[in-house]
Amino acid sequence: MNWSDFFSMGGYALYVWGSYLTTLVVLGAEVVLLMKRKKSLRRRNSRES
Amino acid sequence: MNLYKYASPAAFYPLAGKLIPWFAIPAALLFVAGLYVGFFVAPTDFQQGDAYRIMFIHVPAAWMGMLLYVLMAFYAGIGWAFNARLASMMASAIAITGALFTFISLVTGAFWGKPTWGTWWVWDARMTSTLILLFLYVGFISLQSAIDDHRRADRAGAVLALVGVINVPIIYFSVQWWNTLHQGATIRILGKPSIAPPMLAAMLIMLAACWLYSIAAVLVRVRCIILEREQTAAWLAEGAA
Repeated sequence: MNWSDFFSMGGYALYVWGSYLTTLVVLGAEVVLLMKRKKSLRRRNSRES
Repeated sequence: MNLYKYASPAAFYPLAGKLIPWFAIPAALLFVAGLYVGFFVAPTDFQQGDAYRIMFIHVPAAWMGMLLYVLMAFYAGIGWAFNARLASMMASAIAITGALFTFISLVTGAFWGKPTWGTWWVWDARMTSTLILLFLYVGFISLQSAIDDHRRADRAGAVLALVGVINVPIIYFSVQWWNTLHQGATIRILGKPSIAPPMLAAMLIMLAACWLYSIAAVLVRVRCIILEREQTAAWLAEGAA
């Protein structure tokens, strides 16, 4: 298989990669924000005790 | 073992912490496996070309949006009826992940609609009811954050969540009840699915990955909510991990 054929997705590159990129950004943002929320809570709790 | 003890946030907090890697790691592996099968094993569709590969994320995301809503309403209802703090916290933790999957299903649907239907969006029964689902999630989240008293916020959220459940069967059956542009169900509980086995496999692996991901994300978030709401509780001061 040829990689440039793969990335062109038979002419549907914008739609296919747009979909997967959106998913990656949305779920990636959720993970990053969750980790930040967890970290800041942990920092606050360790300061208080 | 008394399972009811895990209804208390103090007992659930460390249990949830131990469970998270058991969902997060398989989720990551299944995402990789599902994408591999979806892009390298599943053949090009003879009608839609490679555009159909959007299905592997679109369909699982749409299912997760609906399933997580039902789960959120269930927990909100339990929290309301039995005054169970942890159940209400679970409902709040589910809402954001559910909203994100609904958003993904709408965006990927637009990306799929443009090449196959020639339009990003139409006010068709399925898409309109899915947009209403997103608004219900957003309404639940903003209602809860607008009320300072957690118990009152939980009750108000529960009413909204339970009333909104009626929208889920409307989404599911919209393609049968109304004449719509959206295609009918590909997977049927009874009878043969209407797609090739590797396509079906990729979609089911992605669905499993989305489920495991959602459970992991919800457990991380519910632990944050427990910490935020119970920060004055004695058990936290004892250094529970």
